[in-house]
Amino acid sequence: MGLNIVVLVKQVPDTKNVTGKAMKDDGTVNRAALPAIFNPEDLHALEAALRIKDAHPDTRVNVITMGPPAAAQVLKESLFRGADFVALITDRKFAGADTLATSYALSCAIRKIGAVDLVLCGRQAIDGDTAQVGPQTAEKLGMNQITCVSDIAELDAKKRTISARRSIEGGFELVKAKLPVLLTVTDEGFEPRPPSARRVMMYKNAVASASNDASYDECYMNASACADDDIIALWDIASIKADPEACGLAGSPTKVKKIDSVVLTAQDIRMVDASESGIAALVHELIADHTIG
Amino acid sequence: MNKNNVMVFVQQDDGVVADVSIELLCKARELADSLHVSVEAAFLGDKLAAAAKALLAYKVDRVNLMQSEHLAHYTPLPYTQVMVDLIKEREPQIVLYGATTTGRDLGPRIASALKVGLTADCTDLQIGDHELGGTTYKNILYQIRPAFGGNIIATIVSPEKKPQMATVREGVMKLTAQEPGYKGEVIEYKPGIGVDLLVSQILESVREEKTVNLKGAQIIVAGGMGAGSKEGFDQIVKLAQALNAEVGASRAAVDAGWVNKAHQVGQTGTTVRPKLYIACGISGSIQHRAGMAESSRIIAINSDPQAPIFQIAHYGIIGDLKDVIPAFIKAYKNKA
Ligand SMILES: Cc1cc2nc3c(=O)[nH]c(=O)nc-3n(C[C@H](O)[C@H](O)[C@H](O)COP(=O)(O)OP(=O)(O)OC[C@H]3O[C@@H](n4cnc5c(N)ncnc54)[C@H](O)[C@@H]3O)c2cc1C
Ligand SMILES: Cc1cc2nc3c(=O)[nH]c(=O)nc-3n(C[C@H](O)[C@H](O)[C@H](O)COP(=O)(O)OP(=O)(O)OC[C@H]3O[C@@H](n4cnc5c(N)ncnc54)[C@H](O)[C@@H]3O)c2cc1C
Repeated sequence: MGLNIVVLVKQVPDTKNVTGKAMKDDGTVNRAALPAIFNPEDLHALEAALRIKDAHPDTRVNVITMGPPAAAQVLKESLFRGADFVALITDRKFAGADTLATSYALSCAIRKIGAVDLVLCGRQAIDGDTAQVGPQTAEKLGMNQITCVSDIAELDAKKRTISARRSIEGGFELVKAKLPVLLTVTDEGFEPRPPSARRVMMYKNAVASASNDASYDECYMNASACADDDIIALWDIASIKADPEACGLAGSPTKVKKIDSVVLTAQDIRMVDASESGIAALVHELIADHTIG
Repeated sequence: MNKNNVMVFVQQDDGVVADVSIELLCKARELADSLHVSVEAAFLGDKLAAAAKALLAYKVDRVNLMQSEHLAHYTPLPYTQVMVDLIKEREPQIVLYGATTTGRDLGPRIASALKVGLTADCTDLQIGDHELGGTTYKNILYQIRPAFGGNIIATIVSPEKKPQMATVREGVMKLTAQEPGYKGEVIEYKPGIGVDLLVSQILESVREEKTVNLKGAQIIVAGGMGAGSKEGFDQIVKLAQALNAEVGASRAAVDAGWVNKAHQVGQTGTTVRPKLYIACGISGSIQHRAGMAESSRIIAINSDPQAPIFQIAHYGIIGDLKDVIPAFIKAYKNKA
């Protein structure tokens, strides 16, 4: 028995390679100046979905991202790894969204896909770093959630139950829930598979095309029909039936007031000679002022 | 009692109140005093009457106690419903949650249900004014948080919607003295929880006893990749033992398997502010510094004079750990 799964993935600037121009003066991300990558934990979420598909062959893995047109790259990478259907939600009206507005738009897109058994996301995106989009999307869908999942112990498609291992401070919980449920996945498990060479050949020229038809089946294209293009569905605000007032800047209660780059606070540092006598003098001083006992 | 107060979600696990919740009650008192309002706690669980009373000593004016067997252990749907109902009734202007796995599971659901803002993983909270579209919003909450992997610090505001909500990292807010006999009240509710919300079941829950007490340590000796090997790291542990200090570590040292994750200091580990922090063979990445930069004194031992750790250290020793650590232990033993 197959499942209908949605995986939420985000293209993020690689925050390990941030240059001085990471943020624009208006406080928005200067994406142009940063290499864009697949959010690391989202690759683990995709892997979790693909493993479910391996075990339950009729499963359909739908991958959705919201972002600028360039974000289609993470959808291509999802196709390379085994996604069945991918959609890019893109519209100027989504710009400036905080997590509330982001989760609203994503929940509208998930509704468009129809009856979904499982929604998988990464725990946290490495740019916004909030880990809020998953739970907020679940709430908007009226769906239960299990966050910080490192493993799925059991998935019973007939009884429609799932047991997942959830990381908590200093340990874990094993949580059993009924489907449908949203999981947020950490990078502790589900080591992502590499792209399949065959699928890379098949989808390397995939491009996004607007297919704003109401019907999901029309948006979905099978691999043979779409070997060269049109494989990435393009959804705008109207096609997911989202209320513009709840999207983008307009639908975002949080505002960035100020951004400070973290600069090292150079201070008066006293260099201590690495010789035995130098270290002995330091230790003596620390004992004298009661820093060490 | 008036509404418009500062509310803290007080997390308990098996009846034990989370440290971060106490830290937040202390911070809430400070915020409430500057806003001339009261502090409220939202306390959910089962059989908590005594624990609820004990919260008053943190100068809490009102503990909203919500008890039910279905709240004994945290699960998202019942907790969300109870909190949403309470917030609608009490109309606080600010609600704070610890940025624990529970707080970060619950807070976003509540924000989504109430359609209000939520700022994640704050390291500071202040009160100030904000101009937006020609209007000045007085006395709103500045929610200060690192983002972008710690490369930036953002100040976030949500002036137009109430409550303003934030999750706050453990260990960043200072504890203040208790006041036994503080005159607050415990108001008890018996929340009705529909069976349709009981869709999660905790089959097993394992929490290791905290054997590592980084937060409470006065002295921390921390090791990084510079230790070179498990044996090298053990030398650092020896220094810690000699100084009666706790052992800290960089994530790289944890990932290398030299030391347990419970010892990790930093953005994804513990935030510490000891009297003395000795960083041995730690380069001083932004994520590591996020957890220790507030230490009163920092000694950095590193073979690379360019290592960024020297820029926040008070004492620097340029040298090889293999020589410096034994010399340190020897010097201490001779003096003591
Ligand atoms: C400096 C800075 C600070 C910010 N602080 C806050 C804040 O405190 N509160 C707030 O509400 N907003 C905040 N934002 C806005 C927030 O970053 C954006 O709303 C962002 O689109 C989503 O949040 P995130 O990156 O934290 O995602 P997370 O919530 O960390 O993402 C979790 C998972 O949700 C899924 N997901 C997230 N975004 C998308 C997407 N666009 N498409 C598909 N799947 C997705 C992915 O699976 C991802 O792994 C901040 C932005 C900046 C630049
Ligand atoms: C999202 C995210 C979260 C993270 N969270 C954390 C976190 O919570 N905590 C954390 O620590 N890191 C964290 N990191 C990792 C962080 O970026 C660094 O990779 C890590 O802190 C480096 O550890 P290190 O300093 O031990 O190793 P390195 O950076 O490799 O530094 C080793 C240092 O040892 C010195 N050295 C080498 N040999 C010797 C010798 N014989 N004697 C003396 N010195 C020597 C070197 O000069 C060098 O400075 C995080 C990263 C990411 C992306």
